[in-house]
Amino acid sequence: MSIMNYFRSRPKTSADQAKERLQILLAHERAGSTRPDYLPRMQAELMQVIARYIEIDEDMISVEFENSGTVSTIEVNIELPTELVMQGSSALAVAS
Amino acid sequence: MSKVIVMTSGKGGVGKTTSSAAFAAGLALRGYRTVVIDFDVGLRNLDLIMGCERRVVFDFINVINGDARLNQALIKDKRVENLAILPTSQTRDKEALTREGVGKVIEELRETFDYIICDSPAGIERGALMALYFADEAVIVTNPEISSVRDSDRILGVLQSKSRRAEEGHEPVKEHLLLTRYDTARVARGEMLKVEDVLEILAIPLIGIIPESQTVLKASNLGTPVILDEESPAAAGYSEAVGRFLGETIEVRFPKQQRRGLFQRLLWRTA
Repeated sequence: MSIMNYFRSRPKTSADQAKERLQILLAHERAGSTRPDYLPRMQAELMQVIARYIEIDEDMISVEFENSGTVSTIEVNIELPTELVMQGSSALAVAS
Repeated sequence: MSKVIVMTSGKGGVGKTTSSAAFAAGLALRGYRTVVIDFDVGLRNLDLIMGCERRVVFDFINVINGDARLNQALIKDKRVENLAILPTSQTRDKEALTREGVGKVIEELRETFDYIICDSPAGIERGALMALYFADEAVIVTNPEISSVRDSDRILGVLQSKSRRAEEGHEPVKEHLLLTRYDTARVARGEMLKVEDVLEILAIPLIGIIPESQTVLKASNLGTPVILDEESPAAAGYSEAVGRFLGETIEVRFPKQQRRGLFQRLLWRTA
């Protein structure tokens, strides 16, 4: 091992790790803080309505919120069970 | 034109009350009529840090409820001219802190004081929200430690959405970062976040660095704002922060690091 390697390969300090962890965490939290509070509730209610007509699992519906400056979009994706698709119904996708 | 300044942090125990007391005393020492208000209803402590706990007769909540006049509740500091304290209640519940009530008291204080310092409680509940609602400027007290930095980021979000300035669409609350309990030796060893790291993450202007110092505990033992202790390195940090707040250009000095001999430094390298 050359002497240069000794200087170059200094292990990451705990402070470096703290900074990295914070940067990742805050990038995530800042994005989340712009989401409306009602999203989880809306997802649960949509779930209830759909479940009245179709047998569906909780993980088959997803509600995503996106904010791109001037326009905000809510994207609702509902995955239907295979037997329904066989009967001719297409996937229900609502975007507003 | 008077200014309302909130000292806030989200996290508890980072030095909000110590900083409020020091900052208020620092402004008063420079001749500004300054009042410092304790917003931590139920957990009154500013009076202790300011050394006036035995002079509390009426409090902030009494004034809000109309049980006492503002002048009856204000305590004039005995050491520093132009400095007054408005202590909070120890017994009443937080519900007593109404927006209308707080607003009225602040309006009345604006008539006689240049600076109104609001010492916020920890958290993002009612007391903290009331402390920041009327703010024109905010001093975010942060320790170079991950949970404190994260909470500071949260409270910045609250300031930008829940303050009166945000709600009424005025110019946003001016934000300042006060980094407290900074230990240069530990930073040098890579054990503590650097000031540059914290600034990069929070992205707000730095108003001062307060070095970790045993004189802070001594000052609180004695009930003296630490800025009055001429020998304290923390006092120097607070004085500079007050100067920068008032628009003076003061270079950021790093708290002195213990100097090591050559032999010790060599040992350090290889350790």
